Amino acid sequence: MSYVLGLKCRECGQTYPEKGVHVCETCFGPLEVQYDYPAMRGKVTRQSIASGPHNLWRYRDLLPINGEPKSGHHSGMTPLKRAKNLEKVLGVRELYIKDDSANYPTWSYKERVVSVAITKAIELGYDTVGCASTGNLANSVAAHAAEAGLRAFVMIPHDLEQGKVFGSLIFNPTMVRIEGNYDDVNRLCSEIADKYRWAIVNVNLRPFYTEGAKTFGFEIAEQLGWKLPRHTICPTAGGTILPKIYKAYREFIDLNLVADNQPRIYSAQAAGCNPVVEAIIAGRDLIKPQKPRTIAKSIAIGNPADGYYVVQAVKQSGGWAADATDVEIVEAIKLLARTEGTWTEPAGGTTLAATIKLIESGRIPRDESICVCITGNGLKTVEVVVDQLEPPASIPPRLEAFDRLMAGGVAIVAAPAPV
Amino acid sequence: MAIKVRIPTPLRSLTNGVDMLEAAGADVQSVLTEVCARFSGMEKRLFKEPGELNRFVNIYVNDEDIRFLENLKTPVKDGDDLSIVPAIAGG
Repeated sequence: MSYVLGLKCRECGQTYPEKGVHVCETCFGPLEVQYDYPAMRGKVTRQSIASGPHNLWRYRDLLPINGEPKSGHHSGMTPLKRAKNLEKVLGVRELYIKDDSANYPTWSYKERVVSVAITKAIELGYDTVGCASTGNLANSVAAHAAEAGLRAFVMIPHDLEQGKVFGSLIFNPTMVRIEGNYDDVNRLCSEIADKYRWAIVNVNLRPFYTEGAKTFGFEIAEQLGWKLPRHTICPTAGGTILPKIYKAYREFIDLNLVADNQPRIYSAQAAGCNPVVEAIIAGRDLIKPQKPRTIAKSIAIGNPADGYYVVQAVKQSGGWAADATDVEIVEAIKLLARTEGTWTEPAGGTTLAATIKLIESGRIPRDESICVCITGNGLKTVEVVVDQLEPPASIPPRLEAFDRLMAGGVAIVAAPAPV
Repeated sequence: MAIKVRIPTPLRSLTNGVDMLEAAGADVQSVLTEVCARFSGMEKRLFKEPGELNRFVNIYVNDEDIRFLENLKTPVKDGDDLSIVPAIAGG
């Protein structure tokens, strides 16, 4: 059974039936899935969710599908870790890491949106899916499409990290590298979606796709013991996940599944691509687009489609925003790895670096619960740390050589070959 | 001066399905004014009020977002491509 009523324009309120349409035909505003919340009362409960499968479909009553899930049967339910070591370093009382670097099958938060989009694509009768991507989404679309038996076309900027490129190619999609930045890719995909009858997950399936991001917030709440963290820090690229985490929190509050502790949400961006952070700090609703210049390629989106809604969610919640330089991003990646054993990509480094700034500036009190959203895996972006790590010593296979090393008497013989 | 204007799917119900048309004008505003004059309902979709585009309407001249140029005052010349593109989600 589904609680979906249809689609509604977030700007002008025009309603539409469920179909592969992503912008309002009246005002170009984005469309949002509408649910019958009153019908959920008493039926969508902690117990009904907890008795669901150990994957993101345990929240299916709050997701826009009608039949059975067709994808993502092993996606979601990633670790929510208490970060005790990092608490000591940062001088805070209660810190959590929601860790989607461990999300199956391609190690990013994108499994959530793609699981919903692929299921919806099949429900709507598409046999080909696609995306515009900074890498993680392409990986996820390619993998989920392979498993679901759909054709996949993934479009990426020409200068992505190798791990992101091969992390898609292995699943055998048709990949096209576009000579431009993500915003150029995005625009081209919008035109492709117009011309070809494909389900481009973040274009014409956007209303359904974005709903999948709510599961990141649902899991935080459930895994915290049906409680919300007081402060949640989330990276911002196109602006999908932050407003959806906040929506997830509000839905759980409205369904009486968690108490309303007035959760605050914070946006993190790289200093080299910070149009949303800039707008929040300047007190503007208007996002001024930028040309990205940062190592945080997965969040290098200079013209964020949902940036406006990030600003609204942050303002409504009483949150704030911070950005991080490339140097600070790499330092935060290393800090997270060395204290908590989690290796994240630059987007995660950005989020942790921004968290540190928000704590140090007093925006986030040290004695309240804090959750840092880690959305991607560092193994895909080895390039950003390769010059930052001490190369290993190399010795002959003899105990005396090792003893000399331990005594500090052996110099490094050879650095490993660059990756 | 003839400027090529690309019409995205959500607006084609207003243009009888036409996806590309030609319009004249010295800058983006004047080209869009002509497009709006030709198709009833177009102005409401593109503009929040005169001189201010709706929040989710992106306009490109050739390959550049007009917000990096001179917005609606961006000059255009014969043969330029003007695209109207709705905003889409991140990736």
